[in-house]
Amino acid sequence: MNTVTISRRDFIKIATVAGGGLMLGFRIPSESNSADFSPNVWLRIAPDDTVTITVARSEMGQGVWTSLPMIVAEELDADWNHVRIEQADAHPVKFGSQSTGGSFSVRGSWQTLRMAGATARDMLVTAAAKKWNVAKVNCTAAQSFVRGPGGRKLSYGELASDAAELPVPHSVRLKEEKAFTLIGTRVRKLDTPSKVRGTAIFGLDVRLPGMMFASIQKCPVFGGTVASFDASAAKKVPGVVDVFQVEDGLAVVATNTWAAFQGREALQVTWNEGKWANQSSAAIRKTFESALANRGTVDNYAGNAETALASSSVTVEAVYEAPFVAHQTMEPMNCTAWVRRDSCEIWAPTQSPQPIQNQAAQILGLPLDRVTVHVTLMGGGFGRRLNPDFGIDAVRVAKAMKGTPVQVVWTREDDTQHDWYRPMTLNILKAGLGKDGRPVAWMHRIAGPSSRGLVTGGSTPPYDIPNFVVESHILETGVPIGAWRSVGPSQNAWIVESFIDELALKAGKDPLEYRRSLLSKSPRLKRTLEVAAEKAAWGTPLPKGKGRGIACVDSFGSTCAQVAEVSVANGKVKIDRIVVAVDCGTAVNPDTIEAQIEGAIAYGLSAALKDEITIDKGRVQQESYDDYRMLQFDEMPRVEVHIIPSTEPVGGIGEPGLPPVAPALCNAIFMATGRRIRKLPFGLG
Amino acid sequence: MATFTLIINGKKHAVDAPPEMPLLWVLRDLLGMTGTKFSCGRGLCGSCTVLLNGEATRSCVTAVDYAAEKTITTIEGFAEDTNNPLLEAWVAEDVPQCGYCQPGQILTAASLLRMKSHPTDTDIDAAMAMTLCRCGTYPRIRKAIKRAASRGAGKGGEE
Ligand code: FES
Ligand code: FES
Repeated sequence: MNTVTISRRDFIKIATVAGGGLMLGFRIPSESNSADFSPNVWLRIAPDDTVTITVARSEMGQGVWTSLPMIVAEELDADWNHVRIEQADAHPVKFGSQSTGGSFSVRGSWQTLRMAGATARDMLVTAAAKKWNVAKVNCTAAQSFVRGPGGRKLSYGELASDAAELPVPHSVRLKEEKAFTLIGTRVRKLDTPSKVRGTAIFGLDVRLPGMMFASIQKCPVFGGTVASFDASAAKKVPGVVDVFQVEDGLAVVATNTWAAFQGREALQVTWNEGKWANQSSAAIRKTFESALANRGTVDNYAGNAETALASSSVTVEAVYEAPFVAHQTMEPMNCTAWVRRDSCEIWAPTQSPQPIQNQAAQILGLPLDRVTVHVTLMGGGFGRRLNPDFGIDAVRVAKAMKGTPVQVVWTREDDTQHDWYRPMTLNILKAGLGKDGRPVAWMHRIAGPSSRGLVTGGSTPPYDIPNFVVESHILETGVPIGAWRSVGPSQNAWIVESFIDELALKAGKDPLEYRRSLLSKSPRLKRTLEVAAEKAAWGTPLPKGKGRGIACVDSFGSTCAQVAEVSVANGKVKIDRIVVAVDCGTAVNPDTIEAQIEGAIAYGLSAALKDEITIDKGRVQQESYDDYRMLQFDEMPRVEVHIIPSTEPVGGIGEPGLPPVAPALCNAIFMATGRRIRKLPFGLG
Repeated sequence: MATFTLIINGKKHAVDAPPEMPLLWVLRDLLGMTGTKFSCGRGLCGSCTVLLNGEATRSCVTAVDYAAEKTITTIEGFAEDTNNPLLEAWVAEDVPQCGYCQPGQILTAASLLRMKSHPTDTDIDAAMAMTLCRCGTYPRIRKAIKRAASRGAGKGGEE
């Protein structure tokens, strides 16, 4: 067992809790470097044995409401049937950063949650030993009971109030990982029953007495504003209560959502379309193209790629491009706000409540502690809900409707046309090979819109290449850019893993062997690659018209490799299966890991095969599911997930399954057809 | 405005609404039954699916006057039966991720099983193809339908 010391900063005990029991507050270090040491997670054991864990992490389908409590319950030796979870409201002092992104939830909390469980367990055992007047070593805890000599036995609930009288111990022992009984088992998600019964409350399901519904017409051109409008027809629509201008659009408030939508249709608006009125995808591409003629800002380099390239005997060059991509969560953006005289309450399906809270306080001129943000369940996040825009919409409308709760509902079209998109990029790749076929030089020049991190993340190859340089041109396009599931690696891994395949084939090597020979610095990634290859029977002959492709990516603290198998008939490609190997450190809930990988593959395939946002006259041309299409049920390939037993630190799982799928598929298609895909999206023919 | 009698989950409701108002919004905003979800409003995704006389129907493109006097089952009503083998299968396979599309998936599957108590993969593909899930729960939906079929979820259907 390993003993960990508990610092005074990590824990506080709440001595008196309504209803009795034991309550501990502890702090998960946040990804943002904050000097704040107040607790951000609470653990409560009630007299009825219920263990409640309150977390400041949003559940959006990735299963954190199950995996986080599992970690606590493991060290606590609690009966899983007694474990409940609660979502914390936004509170800047109590919870620090509550942003849920970067696949950070489990890996960021691992150690603290274990300590929390172990601490509570230790206090419960001490309380029992005291009560029975026996030595602590003679007491054991399991399944929410402490057992002592002579068959004595008390439940955690019975001991909780006594335990609350004890000081928090200075150190506790954590279990050896091999002693885990809950972690590593398949546990069904705690929120599944409510989701299949239709009782789960998503943002859009919030209902308050006397509430109104609103829809906002924004300028279809990014950055455009209202020049003038005529609301007389809109106001005549039955159910419409009011129409007014908010910051960047026109709000139609009605007694029901449909009336608000109808009213909005009846609006007459003239826009100041602003400086992006003539923007188009073609113009953006041109801008990128001319920028790429020159060197960009160097993001990362080793050796001297230019010199090495010039002296290489064989060179390979390629241009890769990826379009803007939207998130398309099934639940459209929405938020409910209720502004009162000196306070505001907000119900938001958000991955990041604090920006909404901060901006609401500013807009309303209220102190921060008069603004409460309740985080609801959300119908998909994928990075979209890190942005506070929809929350601010609701605050602005509710401010004008002071005293009345208002739910602002975006239409599917709003969602598609006012997203924060994955950046479109244009890339030039150049590589030089040595006599043995190994790459001696690698140059990747990227042109993309705004925010360097979003554009370049994951663009450095993990391979042994003595000379490389990654450069970028960041160009303003007017199109809002945001985090899209797995962010930079989601497209850069496609480029890196496709191009390394091109190099392998140019060198006359097997793509698996080529990668293996270049991964000396990344043993974990190499191992993951090998497991995927072995499980997919890489190297065994395939009939004509079939092809296999492989790709491996290290992202968000986990390594993932995938082999795609495709077959071609009558010019049409069919994905036969995708074999996945993943090393995400200790696997907390294998069932959730598999689900997340399947989900990431569906999401990644949508982007590879279908998704493309195009701009014309400053507007997004796509509207809904018919012209911006996601992967359908009958298009989902067979996915086989192999979780590698691992002693690595806990890694992320919401995102790492995504980056390898597009390159594995493109590499497989090349093997089957000889067609090298360098532009997303591509159809299957 | 007119008054309509809706028979929802076995209970009668009288609602005042314009005849062309979609059933979806009558359920969600006039009656406060939020289990039926809005996602596109144009009949493209299936999130708003209810059973109308037992058949999967997209409530966002179904006018309230058309639904009047017919038997409407929403997810809330469908889940009232606690021994429902389809829901049991859904829980056993732990299908939902974000969960938003799931009421529509479940009712679409229920409609399929009513017509075909032992659907083949091709039947399942055809029935589920246009009910979208952004979280990619498709493999588990397939498993849950098969599990439910093997436990007699489709009993009482035609066949
Ligand atoms: S909301 Fe009805 S089909 Fe999409
Ligand atoms: S479970 Fe999230 S959209 Fe289907």
